[in-house]
Amino acid sequence: MPASALSRRAFLRVTATAAGGMLVAVQLPARGKRAGDGPAGGPPADFAPNAFVRIAADGKVTVIVNKSEMGQGISTSLPMVLAEELDADWQKVGFEFAPVDPVYAHPGYGIQMTGGSTSTMAMTEPMRQAGAVARAMLVAAAAQKWRVPAAECRTADGFVTHEKNHERASYGELAAAAAGLPVPKDVPLKDPQQWRLVGKPTHRLDSAAKVRGTAVFSIDVQLPGMRTALVAHPPTFTGKVRAIRDAAARAVPGVVDVVDVGSGVAVIATGFWPAKLGRDKLEVDWDLGEGTGLSSEALRERYRELANGTGLVARNDGDAEKALGEGTVLRADYELPYLAHAPMEPLNCVVDLKGDSCEIWAGTQFQTVDHAAACAAAGLRPEQVKLHTTFLGGGFGRRANPASDYIVEAVKIAKAAKAPLQLIWTRTDDLRAGYYRPMWHSRIAASHDDKGAILGWKHTIVGQSIIAGTPFEKFLVKDGIDGTSVEGADDMPYAIPNVLVSLHTPKVPVPTLWWRSVGHSHTAFVIESFLDEIAAATRQDPLALRRRLLAGHPRHLGVLELAARQADWDTPAPAGRARGLAVHHSFASYVATVVEVSLERGWPRVHRVTCAVDCGRTINPDTVTAQLEGATGFGLTAALYSAITLADGRIEQSNFHDYRMLRVYEMPAVAVHVVPSDEPPTGVGEPGVPPLAPALCNALFRLTGKRIRRLPIRKEDLA
Amino acid sequence: MPLELQVNGRRATVDVDPATPLLWVLRENLHLMGTKYGCGAAQCGACTVHLDGNAMRSCVLPVAAAAGKAVTTIEGLGGAAGAALQTAWIELDVPQCGYCQTGQIMSAAVLLREKPAPTDADIDACMGGNVCRCATYQRIRNAIHRAAALATGGR
Repeated sequence: MPASALSRRAFLRVTATAAGGMLVAVQLPARGKRAGDGPAGGPPADFAPNAFVRIAADGKVTVIVNKSEMGQGISTSLPMVLAEELDADWQKVGFEFAPVDPVYAHPGYGIQMTGGSTSTMAMTEPMRQAGAVARAMLVAAAAQKWRVPAAECRTADGFVTHEKNHERASYGELAAAAAGLPVPKDVPLKDPQQWRLVGKPTHRLDSAAKVRGTAVFSIDVQLPGMRTALVAHPPTFTGKVRAIRDAAARAVPGVVDVVDVGSGVAVIATGFWPAKLGRDKLEVDWDLGEGTGLSSEALRERYRELANGTGLVARNDGDAEKALGEGTVLRADYELPYLAHAPMEPLNCVVDLKGDSCEIWAGTQFQTVDHAAACAAAGLRPEQVKLHTTFLGGGFGRRANPASDYIVEAVKIAKAAKAPLQLIWTRTDDLRAGYYRPMWHSRIAASHDDKGAILGWKHTIVGQSIIAGTPFEKFLVKDGIDGTSVEGADDMPYAIPNVLVSLHTPKVPVPTLWWRSVGHSHTAFVIESFLDEIAAATRQDPLALRRRLLAGHPRHLGVLELAARQADWDTPAPAGRARGLAVHHSFASYVATVVEVSLERGWPRVHRVTCAVDCGRTINPDTVTAQLEGATGFGLTAALYSAITLADGRIEQSNFHDYRMLRVYEMPAVAVHVVPSDEPPTGVGEPGVPPLAPALCNALFRLTGKRIRRLPIRKEDLA
Repeated sequence: MPLELQVNGRRATVDVDPATPLLWVLRENLHLMGTKYGCGAAQCGACTVHLDGNAMRSCVLPVAAAAGKAVTTIEGLGGAAGAALQTAWIELDVPQCGYCQTGQIMSAAVLLREKPAPTDADIDACMGGNVCRCATYQRIRNAIHRAAALATGGR
């Protein structure tokens, strides 16, 4: 899409409201698109009133989706919203991924990206506006044609009708005429009570392609003459190349070149296999740097020691230190490991770099950042670099990297390859070459009186900052505190009079990144587990204790009560099983989870998981269900199996045998219940993850009397 | 060394290192992109194809071992069970990211041939080698049951 076309289109203006929400206005230029100057790729008669929708003469509606589809269903949800206001025939609605352009930036963050479970929250209103504007113009075109007042026209299922005169025209028929009309400034939106599509379970638009194998992930992009590169990365995160002996690698038939690209040594070949064989034969003498000797065990010790002192204060209500001198005090340390995202599609990128142009295909969550990084790496101007977003074979945060690591690496190799180039990270590269959920240590103490009332709460958190050192530092790190390190803890909702949350941020040469649910992935585990410890110590029902502490938090209570009811909390679990619960608010949504577990040969067997979610108005209820099901399996994988560990500065895991994923035979029956709500829609990609691990461990405590304070769970902790 | 392959009922001649895993020959030489690379070590099942009707992990199968045998990929999956599986997968909206789903379906197709009405235990036994990072397992299970019903004339 040429920039000149975009400049005539919609742009978004955002104002942050006092409540921290977002107010989004779609401003449209006075002049609409004329027939004949349609966007690139579309026939001239297409009606494209704004950057988000295009209607062809055959009636096909294409919604331009500015969010990456990594499984969360956004390439169905956003078209649903637009189609609702457009009154489109859903059978004729399709989608395309947006090119990189400021008009597609996240209204709140100012860059084009997908993350933080913000897509529906941020894009529902702009998509409604875009659909309503298109509808109004189609109505205006019909009214002009029929010489009737626009107000007398009705729309439904892709048609404009005028009942009295028995007129009826399809959107396709009206598209060319509508394209010649002025774009209206203010168009009314439907009352949500009138929604016919939004809020109804709707089939995904991408299921068929994914089931038939025709959905294009970046790894599937093939260009004539394309080379494949594999990279030997340093064994430590501080490593650098000292010397390369590549004669044997170059002798492998199909190997074209071996180049040092800074992040590692690339073997360029005619395909994956010769590149792999070449890399196997490559000998690199590494300078391992200061990271040698780094080990998970030593880090655990270091973090434990750091927790002895109070860190930078993230929250300070009342006087927690004083309160801890009263009543009965409970103390515990909780530990969580580094985690890899391990998307099923390993990181990869296709680059077609020519003298003054560069085309890139990537399954990225971070278009603006990756585009800028690619321009810098290629030495080209922004308009010379085109980034195509493909489907993502899983993201979980890994494909939103402020350093654009694999994108930059691919561009650098492409420069040397002098041919279209595909960079592929093997599974081992994907697990070992970096970017992990930080390792965390929490020390927590609380005091309570003899009636079970909590008097004071002190939570000391130790772990690396994801944000420090990135361009986002100035927005997301305040007074030395990375907000993503303490989220969930600094806004803990429980009514406790004295609360102190503090943070230590050690510097460790291990690259870290947001991992599905980010800071909530550790704070929810610690808080919800420790609250369960208090409930047990004070002989209170965990649900009753939470009820008491959550008065004034109706949405927390709403999900808690619904999950408890649906999970039969008040009736005993079947023989040999126990239940545990947790509730957590993250990414503006609320989830409560009840896990029912038994032990089989000493290992947890999760039978049943009941989730209740409040995510405001639901766009596609089936997507909400699917995301909660998936988050349950994702959280269960982490709780039972996942740890990235270091020895001698090297990552020990190498593939799915030692970084194990949940399997079908371990998947519990998951039931998802949605709290009806008229609040604005909020995200569902991440919020299901945080409560799973604590609910599971709380259930295991009820079953065995053993308290799990370290993830992943080890068999010996249950014996 | 030229090798004769029979893929999805068509003959193809490829000139590659005979040790090359079948996966890369399917993708790079025959441009059949529905078979996915996930681990390169037969640990995730994303690369599952049929070799003379048996489910195989093509990421570790030397292409030479496929010569003279019938290779079926997702692009060539046919039969009542194949169609039923794809219909059921769409009906239940199984995929999330979708990357593993073609491999899941190829494994499920062998299961349905062996056990037209599989039990949950049959599904556990047959599908345990196919990883889904999005954890769509509950829907995979339901879709297999649904496909079994569709394939045997149920509705």
